[in-house]
Amino acid sequence: MSAFPQPLTGIAAPLLSDNIDTDTIIPSREMKSTGRTGLAGGLFAPWRYRDPDTRQENPAFALNQPEYRGAAILAAGSNFGCGSSREHAVWALAEYGVRAIIAASFAPIFRSNCIRNFILPITLDRAAIEALAGREVTIDLAALILTCGEETHRFKLEAEAHDMLTRGLDAIDLTLQQAAAIDAWTLADRSARPWAYLEKTQ
Amino acid sequence: MARTLFAKIWDAHRVASIPGGADLIAIDRVFLHERTGAAALARMAEMGRSLRDPARVFAVMDHIVDTRPGRGDGTLMQGGEGFITQTRAACKAAGITLFDVNDERQGIVHVISPEQGIVLPGVTLVAPDSHTCTQGAFGALAWGIGSSEAEHAMVTGTLRMERPRTMQVSFSGQLAAGVTPKDMILALIAAHGAGGGAGHVVEFAGEAVRSLYMEGRMTLCNMATEFSAMTGIIAPDAQTFAYLAGRPYAPSDFAASYWADLASDAEAAFDAEIVMDASALAPMVSWGTSPEHAVPVTGQVPQGPARAHDYIGLAPGAAIAGTPLDAAFIGSCTNARLSDLRRAAGILKGRRIAPSIKKALVVPGSMAVRRQAEAEGLDKVFTDAGFEWRMSGCSLCFYAGGEGFPEGSRVISSTNRNFEGRQGPGIRTHIASPETVAASAIAGAIADPRDYAR
Repeated sequence: MSAFPQPLTGIAAPLLSDNIDTDTIIPSREMKSTGRTGLAGGLFAPWRYRDPDTRQENPAFALNQPEYRGAAILAAGSNFGCGSSREHAVWALAEYGVRAIIAASFAPIFRSNCIRNFILPITLDRAAIEALAGREVTIDLAALILTCGEETHRFKLEAEAHDMLTRGLDAIDLTLQQAAAIDAWTLADRSARPWAYLEKTQ
Repeated sequence: MARTLFAKIWDAHRVASIPGGADLIAIDRVFLHERTGAAALARMAEMGRSLRDPARVFAVMDHIVDTRPGRGDGTLMQGGEGFITQTRAACKAAGITLFDVNDERQGIVHVISPEQGIVLPGVTLVAPDSHTCTQGAFGALAWGIGSSEAEHAMVTGTLRMERPRTMQVSFSGQLAAGVTPKDMILALIAAHGAGGGAGHVVEFAGEAVRSLYMEGRMTLCNMATEFSAMTGIIAPDAQTFAYLAGRPYAPSDFAASYWADLASDAEAAFDAEIVMDASALAPMVSWGTSPEHAVPVTGQVPQGPARAHDYIGLAPGAAIAGTPLDAAFIGSCTNARLSDLRRAAGILKGRRIAPSIKKALVVPGSMAVRRQAEAEGLDKVFTDAGFEWRMSGCSLCFYAGGEGFPEGSRVISSTNRNFEGRQGPGIRTHIASPETVAASAIAGAIADPRDYAR
């Protein structure tokens, strides 16, 4: 996966409701295979289509409006991505082209899934989000600054996530570099907590 | 220094600190299901990676399996069979213990993990399923993750984690008759919002929690994810140890001093604290499209987001009781264990569901629950009342494109999510306790279970 665009500039598509859940982002019925692809068409299916079967669009939905179609940046309310842990929600967003989501808050599993898939979750206060929704914003990941017209917002991102997104790192590869430390810890833990280990059954 | 239960488990699992502030946390148990686990296994194989310790990874078919008796791999969901056959093949290749479709131990992941003694106090357990928090009822640190994180846990035996904050939610007093753990968690979320627990591990405590039976504790912890918490946890006690001792994957006893220390120290500080008066709670039912949209069954629909009122078709100020229903569902990792079925059956015995109820299902949380319920004659109570009696699985807790409720149905459901479309396009869901589902099915409209108590 490529590193995050530096800077990322685009119109922030307004999806300002609170509690937008992963069933809305990608309904279970749109998860048709065990793979991670082929999901963009099902993104926001309940809102994006009048009829999800025929894919007849609902013109009232933001991402169907010409200025927001294919948006790389979303502006949302609080608790975005709540509900099911399905990473398909993030895979669908990524496949559609979303690279950053600005929300008043995120559900925790969804937020972790974003970082693992190099989508930047930005938390700002609600007034700031309402002011920038529908407008062009520029996101400087290196400096952790978002600008919209004359407004400048600093945002926070934990150092680990910042590094992962900036460098496009794979978490598993990174952790496997610490295999010796994990082995040593496990050896000691096996004597301390033998009950936590199991023999292979069937 | 005084520590919380969470801190004790976290510190005991910290393999290393990662520069920048995160920790590398050892994972004791991984549990997969066919809906999201298959994706993790497929990716692992594609990347040429292998499991670090297959003996500590388990999988079950629960999410999209058919729940009609006589089932095989086929499902009503188009393409569903592929999830089942691919998961089975991937588990075999990886050496993972699988509870397959017709295994007598099959059931919903968070119901069978305790039944098998896979979750234990003090372990870290993860699953690519948001309701993994259910298992915090046993004093484990158990939480839901995505498929990528599941792959990470299986391959490395660890996860890279930011340390969460801690919250104590204390329920004082005792529940009144007819009020259940489902009502406790709905009342908490209604009072503090669906994002109220964000960033926190929530320890449930207080007199009403300590008095709860294990299955009730699971219901309470189950919806910690609906509170946006990383997870919920309850300190283990004699009841916890008695439940688990001697189960297939559990120790034969919990006598060692290690187990006795699994509680928050008296002086331990939490980052946030909430106190709820359990004795003041009433049966709760959701009116809208978020679990925070819940009110006492005796109450009225409050003013909420316009979109929620439009979807659910109820105006502010309307009494929630008496809302006409088309369908009823008893099932899910929230409320489909034996005690749930016994309580619902207690209300249904000798009664019939209303003619307006076009579909009514009972889907036991596990095949073990189903067998025990049958031994007690509960299946007969449900079928005599007009419910269908199913095999175990997640069933219509969510709509996967196969079986559904009749078009346009308004459903009373013992599940955990009342999102738009969760149980099918246009289906309107009201979540409540199994007692409230049973009473409402009889009435054909949302009803107070206390009016049907024996």
